[in-house]
Amino acid sequence: MSDLSTDRRFWVLDVADRLVRLPRRGLLVGTLLILGIVLVAGWALLSGDYEIGIGQVLAAFSGTADDPLAAYFVTEVRAPRVVAALVVGAALGMSGSIFQVVSGNPLGSPDIIGFTTGAASGALISIVVLDGGPAVIAGGAILGGLGTAALVYALASHHRTVAPYRLVLVGIGIGAALAALNSLLLVRASLTAAQTAAQWLAGSLNAMLWPRVELMCGALVVLAIATLAIARPLQMLAIGDDVARGNGVDVQRVRLLAVLIGVALMATATATAGPIAFVALAAPQISRRLTGRAVPGLVASALTGAFLVLLSDRIAVTVIAPDELAVGVVTGAVGGAYLVVLLVSQWRRK
Amino acid sequence: MSATAALSAHELWVGYPGRAVIEGLDVEIAPELLTVIVGPNACGKSTLLRTMARMLTPTFGEVRLHGTPVADQSSREVARQMAVLPQSPSAPDGMLVRDLVARGRYPHQRLLKPWSRDDEAAVEAAMRATDVVALADADVNELSGGQRQRVWLAMALAQETDVLLLDEPTSFLDIAHQIEVLDLGRRLQQQGRTVVMVLHELHLAFRYADHLVVMKSGRIMAQGAPAQVVTAELVEEVYDLPCRIIADPETGTPMVIPLAGRGR
Repeated sequence: MSDLSTDRRFWVLDVADRLVRLPRRGLLVGTLLILGIVLVAGWALLSGDYEIGIGQVLAAFSGTADDPLAAYFVTEVRAPRVVAALVVGAALGMSGSIFQVVSGNPLGSPDIIGFTTGAASGALISIVVLDGGPAVIAGGAILGGLGTAALVYALASHHRTVAPYRLVLVGIGIGAALAALNSLLLVRASLTAAQTAAQWLAGSLNAMLWPRVELMCGALVVLAIATLAIARPLQMLAIGDDVARGNGVDVQRVRLLAVLIGVALMATATATAGPIAFVALAAPQISRRLTGRAVPGLVASALTGAFLVLLSDRIAVTVIAPDELAVGVVTGAVGGAYLVVLLVSQWRRK
Repeated sequence: MSATAALSAHELWVGYPGRAVIEGLDVEIAPELLTVIVGPNACGKSTLLRTMARMLTPTFGEVRLHGTPVADQSSREVARQMAVLPQSPSAPDGMLVRDLVARGRYPHQRLLKPWSRDDEAAVEAAMRATDVVALADADVNELSGGQRQRVWLAMALAQETDVLLLDEPTSFLDIAHQIEVLDLGRRLQQQGRTVVMVLHELHLAFRYADHLVVMKSGRIMAQGAPAQVVTAELVEEVYDLPCRIIADPETGTPMVIPLAGRGR
C-alpha cells in the first residue's frame, strides 16, 4: 500500500468500524498548554501579599488548613481569579476561532469587527444611564454584543451573503463609531459612574468572586457543547460556501448558529471581566501555528486563550508590583504588537 | 417527460430581484453521459448549473435528482448522490491535499463517526483516479493550476456520487491541462457516472460532449449530440459570430472556424 494509508500525523485507534484519529502534534500541544496552565495557576495561588506555602495551599483545598486566613485567601480570592482567567480566556479563544472560520479571515475576530466594543457600549449604558449593578452590566454587555453583531451583519450582507472583507470593513467602521459613543458616555457620566465604567472598561479580573465565576463556568459549558456540536460543518465553511453546500452543509443555518454562539461566548466573557482585548484575535492564530493546521481548531484555541489570559493576568499583577495593571492592558499591549505582525505578514503574501 | 433522467429541471425560473436570468427552462440530463453546457457570457449556463447544484434557489420551478425533487431532500442526502465543483474554489493556506480530499467525505460522516475505513478507502480511490497520490502531503495553494484542479476533483470524487457537476473546470488552465481535466471527466463518465460541465472552449466542448446543451439569454437554443446540432447558423445566432464549421481532423467532431474579419 502507498504512503496514503499511513498518515503519520495521527495515532489511529481502531474501534469496530470506526477509526479514531488522534492528531499527535495537537495532543502534544494540548498537553504542553495544560502543563503551562497548571504551572502558572500554581504560581498564581502561591503569590500575593499574604504569604502562603505550597503545603498550606493544598491543605486549603482539602479543607485541612490550620490557618483560616490562608485558606480564605486561597479558596475565595486567588482560586476564583485563576478559574475566571481560564474560562474567560477559553471563551474568547473559542469565539475568535469561530469567527475566523466563519469569515475566512484572521481579522474577522470579534475584537476587530466591533463586537467587543459593542458589548462595552451595552455595559457602559447599563452603568452610566441605568446605574445598574453587576447583573445589569452583564446583561447590557450581552445585548450590546448581539445588537452590534446583528447591525454589522445587516449592513455587510449583500444578496443575502456576507463577503469576509465587507464584514471586516463594516465591522471596523461600526467599531469606531461605537468607540466614540463609549467615550461620549464616559464624558457625560457622573464621577462615580465614570470610575466604575473606566475600571470595567480596562478589563480586569480583580476582585473576582465565586458566584460570578460559577455563572461564567455554567455559560461556558453550555456554549462549548453547542460549539462542538457544530464544529464539523463549521470546519467545512473554511473551504468556501459553495463547496460546503455541495457537500451537504446547510451553510446559512450553520453560519447563523456559529455567529450566535460566537457572540454569546464573547459577550459572556466580556460581561464577566470587561473587554479583554486581542485574545480572540491572537489565540486561534497562535494555536493554528502551534498545531500546524490550516484552520484553527476549537479545543486548541480555547486552551491557548485560557493560557494567554492567565499568563497576562500574572504579568498584570507582577510587572509594576505592588501596584496592579488591568489584564486587558497587558493583552492589549501584547496583542496590538501581534496584530501589526499579522497585518504585515498578510500584506507581504499578497 | 422521462423518469430516467439523472437530473432534470422543470419550469425553472432563476434570478435576482428585478432581473430574471433563466425564464421557464426545462432540461433533462441523461444518466451515464457527459453533458456539456455552452453559451456566450451571461447566457445563464453557470446559473443553470448552480441552480441544479442547489447553490442558487429557483424563484419558481424545481430541480429533480433521480426523479425526486431536490427541495424535498436534505442537503446531505443530495450530497451523497451529487457532487459539485464550483468555479475557482479556494482552500485556506496551509491545507494539505489529503485533508482537502478528505472533506469530500462530509456527507457520509456523523458526529460520533468522524472517520472510518470506508472514508479512508474512498479518499484513496479518489486520489488514485485523479493521480494526486504523490501530492498527498503538499499544500494545496502551492500546486500548479492543473494539479490544484485535479485535487478539487478528487475531493468531489471522494463524495462517491453518481452525478458530478463541474462549473468551468478548465478555466485558467493551459491547453494541456484542459485536456487532462476533460480526459478525466470522460474517464469518470465511462465508469458509469453522469457528468455535467459548463465549458467556454467550443472546440473542446464539441469534442468531449455526448450531449450538448447550447444556451443564450437564459434559454436553451439547441441540444443533442454535437455532430447533429452544431451548425454555422446556430453558432452565428447564439454567439453573433459569422463562422464555418469543419470536422475536427482528429475526431470528426464539429470545429468552429470564425470567418476572416474586415481588414484581414
